[in-house]
Amino acid sequence: MDASMISPFVSAIQNVFSTMFQLPVEVGEPKIKSGHKSTHDVSGIIGVSGEMTGTIVLSMPSDAASSIVALLAGMEFDVESADFADAVGELVNMISGNAKAEFQRRDVSISCPSVVIGSGHTIAVPSGTPCVMIPCTTDCGEVVLEVALRETEAATTQSSTAAA
Amino acid sequence: MKILLIDDSKTMRNIQKSVLKQLGYTEIEEACDGQDALSKVGAFQPDLCLVDWNMPVMDGLTFVKNFRQNDKNTPLIMVTTEAEKSRVIEAIKAGVNNYVVKPFTPDLLSERITETLAKCSIGS
Repeated sequence: MDASMISPFVSAIQNVFSTMFQLPVEVGEPKIKSGHKSTHDVSGIIGVSGEMTGTIVLSMPSDAASSIVALLAGMEFDVESADFADAVGELVNMISGNAKAEFQRRDVSISCPSVVIGSGHTIAVPSGTPCVMIPCTTDCGEVVLEVALRETEAATTQSSTAAA
Repeated sequence: MKILLIDDSKTMRNIQKSVLKQLGYTEIEEACDGQDALSKVGAFQPDLCLVDWNMPVMDGLTFVKNFRQNDKNTPLIMVTTEAEKSRVIEAIKAGVNNYVVKPFTPDLLSERITETLAKCSIGS
């Protein structure tokens, strides 16, 4: 995965957080994740298909997630409520959609979001796909955006044809 | 003015509802996907629909195509994370009157709603 796949996500999380609830996001140095264990207790997950395949995960500690959800929804929800999961799903949906728009000339689709809550859960990514963790600092706490994407054969064939 | 909000996220419907209430629109119905919306348009008779694209059961584009078979006039605004130019063109060809990309500010959504209603000559 090259840097051109990561930078759209950096812009996207900053754009979504600042536009929807005026929360600045300071982005740290991205690094490769090892293992499948979730970084934090709350994971908003989007699947990617088409000329790119993989997953995008917004991983947040419960406290940070509660504060961020309260900013987005304008009210506090119990972490185990459906409303809380819905808000986390909408956040990762907006971040993924925003980043996807930067993948020019690639036909990529995103799934509806899924949300997993609980300590120590695991999120499997397709084998051979590296997962890049983008650490983010906000006034609500630390959150991590995890991007595990690779180009599919369709994309590779198309770019070889275009180059020929 | 009757407005139908179609989005699978209750959070997003609530955000849109609060913008609509600030604009003075209170007659609001909600649907969680395209199929749910199609089942409600007959009884509710909306004057405006705000419709998401990516939803389970029936997506927003399919809803727009179905809705436009029987109703060519009611304004439809697509409110979605799908920001690519090709998607915007696809939605307009299907029959949407305006397009808002998520994330949006309340001001932007208000502006698009007002603009769409003015363009389609529907007063409040």
